[in-house]
Amino acid sequence: MPDERAPSLPPAETQILRLSGPRALTLDSGQALDEVIVAYNTYGALNAARTNAILLCHALTGDQHAASVNPVTGRDGWWDQMVGPGKVFDTDRFFIICTNVIGGCMGTTGPKDIDPKTGKSYGLNFPVITIRDMVRAQVLLIDHLGIAELLCVAGGSMGGMQVLEWLASFQERLVSAMPIATAAKHSAQNIAFHEVGRQAIMADPDWRGGAYLDHGVFPAKGLAVARMAAHITYLSEAALQRKFGRELQDRASVSYAFDADFQVESYLRHQGRSFVERFDANSYLYITRAMDYFDLAADHGGQLALAFKWLKARVCVASFTSDWLFPTIEAKRIVHALNAAAANVSFVEFATDTGHDAFLLDIPEMFATFRGFIDAVAAHRGVK
Amino acid sequence: MSLRPELKIIADMVSDGSRVLDVGCGDGALLEYLAATRKVDARGIELSQEGVNACVARGLSVVQGDADSDLADYPAAAFDYVILSQTIQATRLPRTVLQQIARIGRRGIVSTPNFAHWRMRLQLLTRGCMPVTDTLPNAWHDTPNIHMCSVRDFAEMTQSLGLTIERTVSLNGGSARDVQPFSARANIFAESAVFLIAGKP
Repeated sequence: MPDERAPSLPPAETQILRLSGPRALTLDSGQALDEVIVAYNTYGALNAARTNAILLCHALTGDQHAASVNPVTGRDGWWDQMVGPGKVFDTDRFFIICTNVIGGCMGTTGPKDIDPKTGKSYGLNFPVITIRDMVRAQVLLIDHLGIAELLCVAGGSMGGMQVLEWLASFQERLVSAMPIATAAKHSAQNIAFHEVGRQAIMADPDWRGGAYLDHGVFPAKGLAVARMAAHITYLSEAALQRKFGRELQDRASVSYAFDADFQVESYLRHQGRSFVERFDANSYLYITRAMDYFDLAADHGGQLALAFKWLKARVCVASFTSDWLFPTIEAKRIVHALNAAAANVSFVEFATDTGHDAFLLDIPEMFATFRGFIDAVAAHRGVK
Repeated sequence: MSLRPELKIIADMVSDGSRVLDVGCGDGALLEYLAATRKVDARGIELSQEGVNACVARGLSVVQGDADSDLADYPAAAFDYVILSQTIQATRLPRTVLQQIARIGRRGIVSTPNFAHWRMRLQLLTRGCMPVTDTLPNAWHDTPNIHMCSVRDFAEMTQSLGLTIERTVSLNGGSARDVQPFSARANIFAESAVFLIAGKP
């Protein structure tokens, strides 16, 4: 097996698809956007037959920088360990596309952009978006690139929700799909965590009813708290214990005050601080809302299996043992529905104590399994 | 590709280009063989996660699950063949499992160890202990085989469900032969047996 930590690709330049005209993008809410920009990165080259394109869907706080160095954070792209020459999504063989989602803040149209109707930032005038709206924008991009059929669409967490939406709404354009660490609906517990995050943002006086950009301020404290709360849900008790335990931060004993005595506090504060430098608070509101609204079965008469009727695409569902945000039971619900639709499905659960974020980590068993799946799909479709 | 003799017999019962579900597919050896040599649309269910991961890494479509709880999810007549190799004796409800197989497969191929083999009978008769053999090497207290049966037992259960046994193959050492499902001789000399069962539309 090639070294999964092979050198990263050179940085990719973000490209832009500009859609304009009346109702350029119609949304589930009934509203529409007349001016839409979709920011996307590509890695590798599209083959002459246009059969080797793979779309990667990012999670809540991800972006189009799936591989190589993310110019905003200076760190590796969120799936750099999966995307590159000789890696699972082998850029010597496949054409990899990753878009920033609608409502995002990394180039694709979102609440911080200028509303053409008012000349000011959208703020809360931005329409509420859904997972399907994100996918619709991706479909428009695929159309623009002249790609009739994707070899695979893959993603974890909210990215996995987009993958499931692709399977339900645009299955005729897929050869395969990999929904990872995800669910066909957002659970009450997950909605509850999101609501805590949103309330933290809205409670920040600098949020200004969402119009903070007009006032030249930013609700950094609220957004940081939202990130800290959410970050706990991406890990596991075992991982936190292993990484931090009750170790103290740069001190021999507790301070009998409210400084970050414990390493875990210091870590979370750092997570919050670095997050607010790269993410827009209103985007966080809109994107968490889109996840909350996701309920694929409800969109299909209450029966998830009906979402996958006549499905021809091969599907590889994956979950992680210590993921309590999107636990294995959610993956099994997807698998049961796919089986009921007689779909061609694989399901793997990986043993790890790293929690929900495991899909972003180095897990050799995961790489081997995903490689087996994608190679079989490529062979089936005749992609060398 | 080489298969153990029983799997070869099962593979030879499967027609080219058919849709196959292997329940308890292990590391996927049979499925891979069927996909490569018979061009079948091969799917599997496997209880152990290591087995599932190995299968998917080999490019097979396999889900983690078990025969007792997960067959109910599949629609009727979804497969041409549903294979259950050396697994039915380890299920909680063998009768229900066989009904499910007959429902979701146009045909079922089921193999089972024969607890009425003469070595079993002899051990029970002479030693008065639960038999331990090469085919069934576990002691009574740590065997996964909670519902052992004989060739005759299995044939009777199949008949009682209104299902037709189309073929019975007895395996003894390296040799395999077609037998009648209620043959007293087969019930003594078969170490295990493979049944081809017509599904119930």
